[in-house]
Amino acid sequence: MTLEAKYGVPTVAMHTDKFDKVVRSVAQVNGMPGLAQVFVPQPIMGKTARELRAYVDGVDPISGRPVMQEVVEGLTRPRDGARGAIEYDRSTPRFVEADTEENLHRLFLERRWTDYLPIVLPTEARVAAMLAGTRRKPDEVVGCMRSTHFREYWEYTVEKVAVNAVMAGARPEYFPVILALAATGVTARGSSSSAVAAMAVVNGPIRAAIGVNAGTGAMGPYSHANATIGRAYGLLSQNGQGGSVPGLSYMGNQGNNYAYNSVTFAENEERSPWEPFHVQHGFAATDSAVSVFSGVRSTAFTLGLREKHWREHVGHLLRGMDPHGPPALLLDPIAARQFVDRGGFGKKDALIDWLHDAARMRAGEYWDYQLIQNYIYPRATFGEEPWASKLKVAPDEEIPMFRREDIHVIVVGGETNGYWRIMGCNYQKTESVDAWR
Amino acid sequence: MSKLTVLDPTGYPPKISAKPLAPRLDTLDGRTVYLVDCRFDDSGLFLEQMQAWLAEHLPSVRTVLKPISSVYLVDDPKTWEEIKAQGHAAILGVGH
Repeated sequence: MTLEAKYGVPTVAMHTDKFDKVVRSVAQVNGMPGLAQVFVPQPIMGKTARELRAYVDGVDPISGRPVMQEVVEGLTRPRDGARGAIEYDRSTPRFVEADTEENLHRLFLERRWTDYLPIVLPTEARVAAMLAGTRRKPDEVVGCMRSTHFREYWEYTVEKVAVNAVMAGARPEYFPVILALAATGVTARGSSSSAVAAMAVVNGPIRAAIGVNAGTGAMGPYSHANATIGRAYGLLSQNGQGGSVPGLSYMGNQGNNYAYNSVTFAENEERSPWEPFHVQHGFAATDSAVSVFSGVRSTAFTLGLREKHWREHVGHLLRGMDPHGPPALLLDPIAARQFVDRGGFGKKDALIDWLHDAARMRAGEYWDYQLIQNYIYPRATFGEEPWASKLKVAPDEEIPMFRREDIHVIVVGGETNGYWRIMGCNYQKTESVDAWR
Repeated sequence: MSKLTVLDPTGYPPKISAKPLAPRLDTLDGRTVYLVDCRFDDSGLFLEQMQAWLAEHLPSVRTVLKPISSVYLVDDPKTWEEIKAQGHAAILGVGH
């Protein structure tokens, strides 16, 4: 689109057929509905040269016309830009047309405004009650989100966030946490074909004040606050950003069950041997804050740390992660204290140093990962560190799998045992909850 | 049955401004077409096959296979400037 609009170069964009709706929608919302787009079968990845040549020689599975004929015509035939009408002035109404309760529930489902679990209808009275949970004005803009890099940002107000919080079943006292999540601008409904979810970690006095669980069952369906705050984060993301519809604005191939409540829990600060996560990120221990992670996909787990081979065991867990999904260790307090006892890690930083060093693999193997080829190798060849230096390492030499700054440690759990897990995910930011009270 | 009034949960989209498409070429004969590899999921291997097709079927077309400088998420004005200066058309692939 940049080449066409900014540089005036006639261009054809090649895509795979699974993405026809989404790429046409992206062209439309970017004001270029007539963009020449030609499709070949999915996938490209892993195909032989002969198979790829068959794609070129074959037909566009969307139009049914020869691929190369579409390409040549896309560059040489005038395009009328009339593949779809552009709406220049879309506005979102404040209210839905009044209807019966049954019909409204059906409407919310039909418009894909829910996660298909029952919702609480956001009546004026319920939304007003939610708004009482903050001193912020209803029409104040909280932030903006988008489902993917190529889509436009949509904006939302305090009232819009309240509407989604009501739908999720949240209580007004949770609202400052939900507003803080909205203010991060980090979507919990990313469109990535890798099927991502978000994770939200609450720190500070707000945890006890509203009952966010940091102990037994913290990451499961055993706390009203955890369940509904996380659900509200998901709903406000999909509705605030203008949708999360499979094939159109959501392309996660397998979906992700973590997305139901965005893995929302509190850190067990009281039982942790280390400083709280939000303190690591510039807040005082007396502040309340919520931290968000994106790209939550992979999980590894084990029980405790054995005296003889704990280093090898942890190393194997780390090497089992995709190197494009850096590790966040979610440690039950028992496991956290074992890291202190076994490894002498008096601070989280010392443990992170060790993890960074322990997570290594041969350079040749690292560079051959598909996600490293997609997202890291191009940056390395562009001279971006530390990857540019890694690229110079011989294929049989070991290199760190992750950047040190991408490794995180959080303490959560009720000490019913020392199980712990590694979540592959990307830390995004920490937002003050107090600012949204 | 009584009717309820409820609020709309969706955010506010930006206004869309139409952007012009570039004028199309009258012919590809004698022109330079850049095949721009977005460096995602083996897209370069696919474009090599497209380049071979063009060499066989449209030999008067000069092709340049050009990988973008970094990942597809990053704008690449250096490459766009090169295509503008030295090419006549572009094929980008393979995006999602």
